[in-house]
Amino acid sequence: MKRWLVLFSVVFVATLSLVADMSATSSSDVSPSAQSKKAVKAPPAPAPAPANDDCLACHGDPDAKSEAGRNVAVDGAKFIDSVHGALDLKCVDCHADLKTFTDFPHESKLAKADCTSCHKDQVAAYDRSIHAAARRQSTGSVAATCTDCHSVHEMRQKDDPKSLTYPLNLPTTCGRCHGDPKVIAQGHIAIGNVADLYKDSIHGKAVSRSGLMVAANCTSCHGSHDIRKKSDPDSRVFRRNVPKVCGDCHEGIKAQYDAGVHGAALAKGNDKAPVCADCHTAHQIQRADTATWKLDTIRECGTCHVDKIATYRDTFHGQVTSLGFVRVAACSDCHGAHEIHGKGDARSKVSPAKVLQTCRTCHPTAGENFAKYDPHADKHSATRNPVLFYAAGFMKWLLIGVFGVFGLHAVLWLPRGFKVRREKGRHS
Amino acid sequence: MSTRFVRRFDSTDRLLHGFLMLSFLGLAATGLPLIFSDEPWARRMASILGSFEVAGWMHRVCATILITVFAVHLVRLGKRLFLRRDLSVLWGPQSMVPQPRDAREAVQHVKWFLGRGARPRFDRYTYWEKFDYWAVFWGMGIIGASGLLLWFPVFFARMVPGWVFNVALLVHGEEALLAVGFIFTMHFFNGHLRPEKFPMDRVIFTGRVSLEELEDERPDEFARLSATGGLDALAVPPPEPWLVRLGSIIGTIAVVIGLVLVGFILYAVLT
Repeated sequence: MKRWLVLFSVVFVATLSLVADMSATSSSDVSPSAQSKKAVKAPPAPAPAPANDDCLACHGDPDAKSEAGRNVAVDGAKFIDSVHGALDLKCVDCHADLKTFTDFPHESKLAKADCTSCHKDQVAAYDRSIHAAARRQSTGSVAATCTDCHSVHEMRQKDDPKSLTYPLNLPTTCGRCHGDPKVIAQGHIAIGNVADLYKDSIHGKAVSRSGLMVAANCTSCHGSHDIRKKSDPDSRVFRRNVPKVCGDCHEGIKAQYDAGVHGAALAKGNDKAPVCADCHTAHQIQRADTATWKLDTIRECGTCHVDKIATYRDTFHGQVTSLGFVRVAACSDCHGAHEIHGKGDARSKVSPAKVLQTCRTCHPTAGENFAKYDPHADKHSATRNPVLFYAAGFMKWLLIGVFGVFGLHAVLWLPRGFKVRREKGRHS
Repeated sequence: MSTRFVRRFDSTDRLLHGFLMLSFLGLAATGLPLIFSDEPWARRMASILGSFEVAGWMHRVCATILITVFAVHLVRLGKRLFLRRDLSVLWGPQSMVPQPRDAREAVQHVKWFLGRGARPRFDRYTYWEKFDYWAVFWGMGIIGASGLLLWFPVFFARMVPGWVFNVALLVHGEEALLAVGFIFTMHFFNGHLRPEKFPMDRVIFTGRVSLEELEDERPDEFARLSATGGLDALAVPPPEPWLVRLGSIIGTIAVVIGLVLVGFILYAVLT
């Protein structure tokens, strides 16, 4: 019955005014806590609250200004099209301080619309976020609040392609602040213009170019309402939580990572163990076959494995990658990428049982001897590589000897040479 | 200037030296970036060369040229020794084999540097020229052999254990550094840049030396040739001006490239 009543009144009122179709029946009071049209029976209204028409009488004018000269226009049509409009919410459901107001126009400044009346959990989550903390810390803060992400009068559900929080729109929405130099400066956001970083990443391109709904957007990693600092242990992007968050999508990789030495170390609480973002970065994630990324990853491994990168750089593999070319073995080509095991572990790609097979991925005809080449030979170690050690010592002294003797020879010869030249000049 | 000239190097010697220079510079330019792979100049050189595949290909082409030069030289020596039974290859003034007089001359030469004696009366090859020669000989053996190992690792790994490749790579690089450093400083100084020769000695390009210069620099050779009538047998017309000019141009380019590479090496070693 109620629905008929609503429909009837909508049709009826629409004939009276262009904007009046906003109004539901004046007698029905849609509770702010109602989650759908067919919810709750309306309790008897004690006093008639202002209808949306009443508000739009002034605010419907696109040039409506407050006393302070601020534009206070509201596009009624867009509101109707919004999720709140579809729920037949009334202006005063959010602007609750006008609920019993009758003597229009009202005072210029209203209380902030209170979202808690319906969205209690979301607001509670938001209150724990870095955005809310920033606002609490400074009154002038421009940190995001509900309307920054959800818009003011045109809220839509996140599966609505027109919504600011629709997955394919979300990076742009966050980028309105996180790509704005002024906001970045005011918020002391260390990472800077993160919107640009993300835009060029494989996730960003999956959104902008491929339109992939499953591609990670900002909230996939950071959460939505309770976004926290990465130094906060409860943050989704806190170091130890990163593999879990990435694993939400990359489940197979997460399983490999957990099985390997790095995942095990992290699980034991070793914060030096690399997590996904150490190699892949957080926002500029590239395809794993790009040259720059591959080269950066070698350096990244070297930040912990200092001795290994030194000996790697002594080899042809290491020299070629150092020059900026990638068609030779990098760390992960021999050791694996996500599931790395110690040499003694039978699962390791460089274990005695598997190393030849690993060499053969690039050197298909390699034999047993070939695999005994030491890709991390240390010329400073007489125990690990004795022949190399003595060869290096010999070469060093050969160089010193030859250049020493002939250097001295030249130095002694030089003044004598000048003298000869002078004498020759005199004779001729 | 005397207008009488004698031949010092025949055309094959000069041609071989030309290819030696060309391939040596090519090997140095394509190999040094690897040794100094963490230097910005090395990265720039590598990117100019295009890719490491291109650089590697050029390196192998130059290596093939140099090995060919070396082989031709060995064949020529073999011919002299075995076909013509020319034992002067092994001993005496025509031989590159170090001999007691080289040690005496070296000592005497240093004394002369210090103003304590007369300049040695050198013959056809001086001790430092012999050192240059044997340095290349030794270098060809060491660098050539290790280079071939590294060129065909899978093949050679059937015969030698894996650690040999570790040693081969080290020795190839270090010995190359020695060769490059030595040629681009000591050989340039001894042969061209020292005050008596500055800016350069063009004998390797023209093959000819004036009698006056021969008598001054290698008095024993001059005396020996005079006594045996060799001077007339070796007499040649003076080098054509275009040949001298060509020699100057090629020599200058080679010296400049060499010194630039030495500059890069010194920069890398000192910083």
